[in-house]
Formats: sequence, C-alpha cells, structure tokens
Amino acid sequence: MSVTKPLPHDAARLHVTGTARYVDDIPTPAGSLHLAFGQSPIAKGRITAMNLDAVKAAPGVVAVMVADDLPFANDVSPSIHDEPLLSDGTVNYVGQPVFLVIAESHLAARKAARLGQIDYAEETPLLTVDEALAADSRFEEGPRIYEKGDAEAAIDAAPRQIEATFEIGGQEHFYLEGQAAMAVPNEGGDMLVHSSTQHPTEIQHKVAEALGVPMHAVRVETRRMGGGFGGKESQGNALAVSCAVAARLTGRACKMRYDRDDDMVITGKRHEFRISYRVGFDDDGRVQGVSFKHYTRCGWAQDLSLPVADRAMLHSDNAYLLPNARIESHRLKTNTQSATAYRGFGGPQGMVGIERVMDHIAHDLGLDPVEVRKRNYYAAKADAAPQGDNSTPYGMQVEDFELHGMTERLLETSNYAARKAAIEKWNAENPIVKKGIAFAPVKFGISFTLTHLNQAGALVHVYQDGSVHLNHGGTEMGQGLFQKVAQVAASRFGIPLELVKITATDTAKVPNTSATAASSGSDLNGMAVKAACDTIRDRMAEFLAERHQAEVSDVTFSDGSVEVGEAHYTFQEAAAMAYQGRISLSATGFYKTPKIEWDRIKGQGRPFFYFAYGASITEVAIDTLTGENRILRTDILHDAGASLNPALDIGQVEGGYVQGAGWLTTEELVWDDQGRLRTHAPSTYKIPACSDRPDVFNVALWDEQNREDTIYRSKAVGEPPFMLGISAWLALSNAVAACGDAYPAIDAPATAEEVWAGVRRVRDGI
Amino acid sequence: MDITFLLNGETVELEGVSPTATLLDWLREERHLRGTKEGCNEGDCGACTVMVSDADGARALNSCILFLPQLHGKAIRTVEGVGEADGSLHPVQDAMIEHHGSQCGFCTPGFIMSMTAAHANGATDHDTQLAGNLCRCTGYAPIIRAAEACEDKPVPTWVNNDCAFVLPKATEVAEDGPAHAPTSSDELAAVYAANPDATIIAGATDVGLWVTKQLRDLNSVIFLNRCDDLKDVEVTETNVRFGAMVDMNTVGDTLSDLHPSYAEMVRRYASVQVRHAATIGGNIANGSPIGDNPPALIALGATLHLRKGDTRRDMPLEDFFIDYGKQDRQPGEFVEAVSFPRQPDTLKCYKLSKRFDQDISAVCGCFNITVADGIVTNARIAFGGMAGIPKRATAVEAALIGQPWTVATITAAKAKFDADFTPLTDMRASAEYRLETARALLERYFAESQGQTTNVLEVSA
Repeated sequence: MSVTKPLPHDAARLHVTGTARYVDDIPTPAGSLHLAFGQSPIAKGRITAMNLDAVKAAPGVVAVMVADDLPFANDVSPSIHDEPLLSDGTVNYVGQPVFLVIAESHLAARKAARLGQIDYAEETPLLTVDEALAADSRFEEGPRIYEKGDAEAAIDAAPRQIEATFEIGGQEHFYLEGQAAMAVPNEGGDMLVHSSTQHPTEIQHKVAEALGVPMHAVRVETRRMGGGFGGKESQGNALAVSCAVAARLTGRACKMRYDRDDDMVITGKRHEFRISYRVGFDDDGRVQGVSFKHYTRCGWAQDLSLPVADRAMLHSDNAYLLPNARIESHRLKTNTQSATAYRGFGGPQGMVGIERVMDHIAHDLGLDPVEVRKRNYYAAKADAAPQGDNSTPYGMQVEDFELHGMTERLLETSNYAARKAAIEKWNAENPIVKKGIAFAPVKFGISFTLTHLNQAGALVHVYQDGSVHLNHGGTEMGQGLFQKVAQVAASRFGIPLELVKITATDTAKVPNTSATAASSGSDLNGMAVKAACDTIRDRMAEFLAERHQAEVSDVTFSDGSVEVGEAHYTFQEAAAMAYQGRISLSATGFYKTPKIEWDRIKGQGRPFFYFAYGASITEVAIDTLTGENRILRTDILHDAGASLNPALDIGQVEGGYVQGAGWLTTEELVWDDQGRLRTHAPSTYKIPACSDRPDVFNVALWDEQNREDTIYRSKAVGEPPFMLGISAWLALSNAVAACGDAYPAIDAPATAEEVWAGVRRVRDGI
Repeated sequence: MDITFLLNGETVELEGVSPTATLLDWLREERHLRGTKEGCNEGDCGACTVMVSDADGARALNSCILFLPQLHGKAIRTVEGVGEADGSLHPVQDAMIEHHGSQCGFCTPGFIMSMTAAHANGATDHDTQLAGNLCRCTGYAPIIRAAEACEDKPVPTWVNNDCAFVLPKATEVAEDGPAHAPTSSDELAAVYAANPDATIIAGATDVGLWVTKQLRDLNSVIFLNRCDDLKDVEVTETNVRFGAMVDMNTVGDTLSDLHPSYAEMVRRYASVQVRHAATIGGNIANGSPIGDNPPALIALGATLHLRKGDTRRDMPLEDFFIDYGKQDRQPGEFVEAVSFPRQPDTLKCYKLSKRFDQDISAVCGCFNITVADGIVTNARIAFGGMAGIPKRATAVEAALIGQPWTVATITAAKAKFDADFTPLTDMRASAEYRLETARALLERYFAESQGQTTNVLEVSA
C-alpha cells in the first residue's frame, strides 16, 4: 500500500529544479497589469483631502482606484464585513490600503503608490493592550468566559497560591513567498483568479461580492503556496479582489504581489497575548484551581480573532486535568494590523499560559517540573480518572490521552535524568554560561471549532488508460497534503502512485471548501478522496463481478492488479473494460467529521474529534553577561497516529518545532509609539536561521494509531508540533533560574535582552 | 550600458541595460527564468541566490541586489542550469529530494544554489554556508542532512567551465552618459573627480536597497567592480592593507590566523552571499554606526587611505566618522584602502544581535588590550551600535591603561562607559541593554583572559 511509505514530497523534483510554479511564475497574458496599494502612514484618523494627480501622472500608471471606484462590495473581511479593501474615509492602522495603483509594471506601481498626497485629521490611536482596555475597545460585548467548577474558591482554599502576569509576543508568518494573486478576465464577465491562498472558496466568495456576480462566475485556482502557516487563510483576499476589480475595469489581466516590507506592514500576524494567572495548588504541586485572564490584541478588524481567542481558551488546560478552571478572554481592538490565523490559531498562546503555570508551581515547590506536570496529567481514559471526571474546562471528556506513555518513553530516550544532573553540575562550576533543560507536552484539539467547516469534497476521475486524476478542496502549502492524499488514492485503487495525477485546487472542481487550516487537510480531504475512490472502485468491482459471475467482495485491487477469482487484470485493463462496459469512472467524494458539537458562547461541548499529542525536551545554554542563548539539544516524540507518510510528518515536526522556538526566542515584533511596525523585513525581524536549529535534534513518531476512525487511523500533524517549541522557552527560564532564587518570570519572546533582564531579576533583584 | 556574461553556459550580450536593473528582475521578467525567487528583495533571505563564477572561483550571490553591470565578464548559474543536459540532477538536487529538504519549495532554488556553490568549493561548514538562506518550513535539519550526504559527490564539469569563462573579445563596457565602469583606481579617481555627485557602487549590498526598497533613481553611478587594483590584499611583516574593493569573505579569510576573533565576527557578518559582494571599503565609506568593521579596525589602530584625483591623504579611521551620516570625505574623494599595523593578537570582537547569524549588531564591541607583567600597557576599545558613529571608548581605555589587570580594575573601568556612550533604544535593543552589555563585554574579555567559558557558541549538550 502506498500509505505509510516515507515518500518524498510530490513536487520535490520540481522544487529542486526551480520548475515548481507559484503565482508570480505563471506566464502572464500579453498586456498584463500590475498593482500596488497606497498605504496609510498614520494609525488612526480621517481622510480630509486626497490628491492623486501625481500618482496618475507617474510613468506607467494606467488607472488609480479609491473606495468610490469600487463597483460593488468594498470588503475583504473573512468574518463580519468590517474590513474595506480601500479606506472608506477612515484609517485604522499604519499600512492600511487607501488607494490602488494599476500600472504597466510591478515597479511602476510601487513607485507611483508612494506619490499620493493625502491629508488626514489624525486621532489618537489605541496601540497597546493597556490603551485598548482603558478605552474598553473590544470585539464582542465583553469578555468570553469558560468555567469548570468554582476556580476562585478552589484557589483560595488551596494550600498554596501563585499569581502573575506575563506577555506573549505575536509572530510574523514570514512565508517565503509573499502574498500574490492574478486575475484573468474571461468572456461574459467571468473571472479566473490564481491566488496564493489557503482558502480558494473564500477568495471566490469575496471576488464574487466585489464584482457583483454569482460565485459561479468566478473560478479560483491554487496549485501551491510558498508557505502559508495561516497567513494565507484570509490575508490574500485583498490582493485577489484588487486584481479582479482592476481586471474588470481595464479588461486586462492584473497581478498583484506584495513587496516583502509591504507584506509585513499590511498583513496580520499571530495575536499578541497578555496572560494573567492565579493558581491554587497543594504541596505536591497538584492544581486545585486556576484562573486565567487572556488579553488578546486583535488589531483593527475582527478577521478570525474570535475563533483564535476561543482556541486559546480551549488550550488553557493543555495536558492537565484542572478540577476547577476559569478562563476569561478579552478580545481587544487596536489600531494595528488585524491579527490573523497563525499555525496553532491561539492554541499556542493558551498552552504557553498553562505551561508557565506548571513551571512556576515547580519552581515554587522546588520540584522537578516534569514531575509536577505528570501529577497533573489527564488520566489515560475517563474511566481511569478520579471520580470518572477527565473533562476539559469546556466539558469534553478526554478519551485518548497518550502522554503517559509518551512522556516515559521520551524521558528515557533523551536520558533526561542524567542530563539534568549534569546540567546542575555544569551550573555549579560555570559562573557565566548557564545551561537549562525543560520538558513540555502538547495536547492539541483537532477540528475546526466552527463546526460546519468540518467538511470536505473530492473529485476523482479514472481515465480509460487507468491513469487517475485527483482533486480535492485542500491546498498545498508545503505540508505534503497532496502527496498524502495521493497515497490514499493509490492505496484505494491498489495502484502505484505514478498513476495518480495531483492537480491544482480549483473551485470549479470541488465547491464550497473550507480553508486548509486547523491541521485538518489530510483528515478531511483524505476521507473525501477515499469516498470518491471507493465509489469508482465499487462500480468497477460490481462490473467485473458480474462479468465473471463472482461476488463483488471477491474483486480485489492491489499491487496494480485487479483480481476476480481466477481472472487477473492490470488496473489499466480493468479501467479500459469498465469504460467499454459504460461504467462511470468519475465520482465525487464527501466527508464530514463525526461526533463533534460545540457551543462557543457557553463554552461547552465536544469541539474536537480527537487530540494530537507531542512531547519535547530542550536543552539550552545562556550567557548571563549578555543574555545570548542557544538550543543545544532537542528530543521529540510526536503522535501522528498511524502516519500516512512518516517522512512528511517528521518534516512537519522538525519544522514546527523550529518555528515555535523562533516565536518564543528571536522573533520580536516591535512597533513604535506611532503604531509603525519597525520590524518589517528580514533585516530586522529574525526568524531562525540554519544554525539556530538544535545541534542535536532527535525526532521520533509515537507508534500508536488514532483511537478515532480517521483516514487510515492517522492524526493531523500541521499545527501540533509548533507547540513543541515551548520547551525551548521553558529551558531558557530554567537556565535563568540557575542564577538565583527568584522565579525568572520570562516574557516571550525570550530574546537575548529578555534573558539578560531575567538574569538581572533573578541574580541582582533588578 | 552594454555588457556580456555567460548564463547557464550560454553567452549573453546585452545592449543598453539600465545600470540599476537587478539580475533577479532581468532573469524573471526578461529571460523568463522563474526558478530564481524573490523572497525579500534586500539580500536577507537567499531565495534569489545564484552562483557567479570567474577566475577567482565560484560564489553564491543574491541576485536581487546585484546590478547587471556588476556581472560583466562573469559566468552565472541559476537553478535551471545546475543539472545536466540529459536531465540528470546535480548531487545536491538529488540529495535534497532524498532527504526531504524541500516543503513549500519556494526557498529551495536559493538553497540549491548556495549548496551547489559550497559543494563546488568543497566547503563543509554548512551552517555558515547556508546562513544566508532562510527556510520557514523545514527547520533546516533535512537540508543539512542533504548537504552532508553529497559532500563527497563529484563536482560537475560545468563548474570548471564557468570559472574558465573569459570574454570572447576584449569587450569594453560601453558607457552611457551617467554610468561609468572604470577599470583601475586611476581611472576611478579621474571619473569621480569629474563626477563628484555620482553614486559609487562597490558590492551594492547597501546601494541595492536604495533601488529595491527606497525606489530611488540613481542619476549617475560609478561601478567599481572592474577596478582590480582596489582588490589587493597586502600582508607584510609590519602591515596589513586591504584595498577598498576587497570583499568581506576575503577579509575574513585573511584575518583567520592574524586575528581569529575578528574573523569569527566576519563569519557572522551578514551571510556568505552578502560577504561575497560586500566590500570593506563600502562598509567604512557608508558611515553606518552599526557597521562591524570600523570598531574592529579602530581597535587595531587602522589608518584610512583616501584619494581624490591625484591627491591622497591618510587619517586614523576613527577620525573619518564625524557625526551620524557625516564623514570626513570630500566630494569626489573615495576610500582607496584601509591598513593597520601587524601586532600580537589581543583583539576580541563581540557582536551582540538577536540572531547569531546574518543579523545586524545591536552592539559590536571590539577590545584590544595589552597586558604586560600584570599591568595594562595599552587599550584600544571601540564600539558599534553605541553612538551615531563607530566610536572609541576613550574613558574606559583611560581607566584601564596603567592599571593592574584585575577584577578591581575591570569594575572601575566598567563604570566609565557612561562617560563614553549614550546609546539609543531601537528595534534591536534598548539603550539600557546596550550600555549594560557594553560593560559586560569588558567583563567577558577579562573572564576569557582568565580561561573561563564565556561563549555559548562553544558549548555543547
């Protein structure tokens, strides 16, 4: 069977030869035009006068559009229609698109976009959590609250209490391919859109609204993205809609791609959080009650902030059975980029909250943090839990808890105990360079919390020569989804993978798709493809059984052959016979995730089909003089269920860890007091480079299959490994803790400066 | 301008190219070679990496900030040209497939080119060779496994052919009015004296961004890439002298024995691609307060050699930097070379940045302290990132010289940093962090002299 094999990415050869085609590589029709936005230089205000004469007169400029020139909807919001494509007269952040330049070249458009003369009546922007709180500037009427038991009473009644507040920074996606789209006008007002998007249906929807046409008049095609990470779930809307309205205006193909600096200034990022916690626990470190307050900086438009903030709440337990818990979430509206989806979708921030609590408890009690975590773990199943309660703060029983076994295995394979002792010895002997080590578990809920999104479609054709055309609603952004799903298709037909053609995501082939997000790609689309393949296979089996007077169940598909009793055909022969027998060899497939139901207002239900688990141990070194720090070794055990493709899954784990560690260490977003993002290029915003990966990097997959009935019992793997990076942040805290008695109280990201400040707090009390 | 180069084995002659057209745009837009990617358009991500060869060998360079005239007489390889004509792949391509080194694939062509260049040069310090290529998907581990796997694979014959490329005839760069390409420092001196408003382009790692990011139109430019006599390195018994056009990789290689700490700082200065283009003269002449060479050179007692027409003058390097954005350079005057005396190596260069590799310094502290018989006999200390210019810590130096080399002296000298520096807060670091770590770096220098472990880069699990 094709599934379970560690095959390379389907496009690997295209990648290494430079022939993999991204949106900006698609040959453009003659006369194509290029677009750029004129942007707001201020964070909040009203436009009082706009003179675009110089823009229009600039070399190569064909047309300039402002909000009034848009024929229909002026909105690119994925949620509540609060995000005009072009400013409606007010501006709400630095970088907001105000006008659209249509020019003969990318460079001409960029140059002209800087020539707008716009007067603003400036207002005082709300930039920070504190400013937004003071102004009660928020989305939704007030905070969302999820509760289990009586947390405050339990905390008060517990033998010990801790409370603290800390900050978690945002994160720029830094997909290597910036946002890009191209629209090609077709006959009769139809529009073909190429978009670097995780959500072709949303692009189709927004383009249709902007053109005032039904969705059937817009076709969106996405072969691949050069990275997405959530940043192309909604942030591509503005480009695709711009291209479509400009193409309609000019009758020419229009392309738009953001220059990197523009991309970083205009688009949303991971949400920043401030988390306050109060926890009550016993002398063994067992939590009796915990209360969190999340202050989430959402930026100027709602975008996906509500489900992001929800998911942060939903991961405030991480791996721990909290007898009493209260999570209060404030979704704050600020004059900054509209924060958006980013790998983990709020889950990482929620998880950092409770991992910080565990770390703090262990430090307070002088216990090994691993021991404290184990004592608070969920039971393996609900019936093994105290009083049969193995429920999350949102009322879902945890029935598939893998972490007991995983933790023991990882502690053993990483040689944790001996290394911890060696580190203590090192720290006693070395006054300047200190080492730290930390363990962190991950339990991540799999399913969209907006339940209706948990559906997928597929379209499969078998041609008369036995070759297979595969299409589904998922998008490829590097994660290997297309290859995994192709492996599923090949396995269903029992054919070599070479017979399966992977094709671009296309809203005309599979409609009404969900974003490829929430790690759901292979779960949903794999099942939909399986259904489509099985439909065709069953038709072929029925046809062959009838011809050979055999039972349908006697027809087998494997190793490229079809067996019917004594008869033996190649798959190609069987396909040709079925065609001649007038059997339909094309089918759609559909899947919807079972068992889930969720009330996000009450915070009760089963939002997730299952959980994916992981565990990591990171060892670091810090320089106490300067705060410079480095990851020395990382050991990971990750749960991908019965992996569809272990090589691709390990790739997600390695890459996720490094990206997660980057978020919590070197990746610092800095805005100035005018709301201008100062870190808007790779020269100033530092994602991990090659040497930042751990020196020693041991990654293994857990060998249990998914207890739920997913595609070949695999588990989703896109987001969960990102949170393995939390162990790097905790290890830095552990190293800082070696400098004195106080708790380090490290914020994220733990830059060199933050580590240095932590050392001073712990060692010098500064 | 008219220029000629070899592209993937084929001679290309271009007429009337814009002096500031980038190689990347030309490849993608004019040549329709779309394998080379634009990731950042400022030389920081490496997605646009190409390999450029000449008689000096093969180098990885960022095509997004390479102007076409810089390529006259060179051989260029892009990702489309590294495989063989029969369709077989270069060993690094095969290894990247086998080891799952690509995910989204967008950075991959750039990695392939950096790896191809490193492979051609037999370089196996992979982290350094690939520091200028960012990947957001893989976490780099499979890429390094691929690089290691093909270390011993044969180098394709086309690499030698590229390096052997010479222009078919003694092609002169036809000069348009405002674009000049002198072939010697004498010619440069004459041209610049006559066109003092021209922009001098050495490696274009800074000027490139004026064009790609600030979208400036450069009216008049002078390319230095053909001034071979500015690329001389002289190491004599008494002196080390770098011509202004010596690239930063060559600077690092030259200093690896003489001043290994400086060489290690150079290893972390930008990336291989940028160091191949960037010149020591450019790093000095642009007057950046955060350039890494000036503090190291000032600590070594360097002399700057300036030339205008036929007039030359020398000055201590620190005197060149007058104020932020202001240097002691007259119209038409250019940096010809920088030199410093041979000396026992007591230099330590400490570069603090958010990320170790390819990051601009928040603080760059360079300490050159001589201790004889337990007494500090000389101290030259200079910093980048602590003022509007690269600046000496004269008060700290004074607090050290003549004092015993002890903790007490260090403690006393640390207090003097306030007299020397009033740093700023920006996106790289706070003023407090800068000032306090500047003090701490003196402590590090002392601790190192006492044999203590101070460098996290030298620690392993």
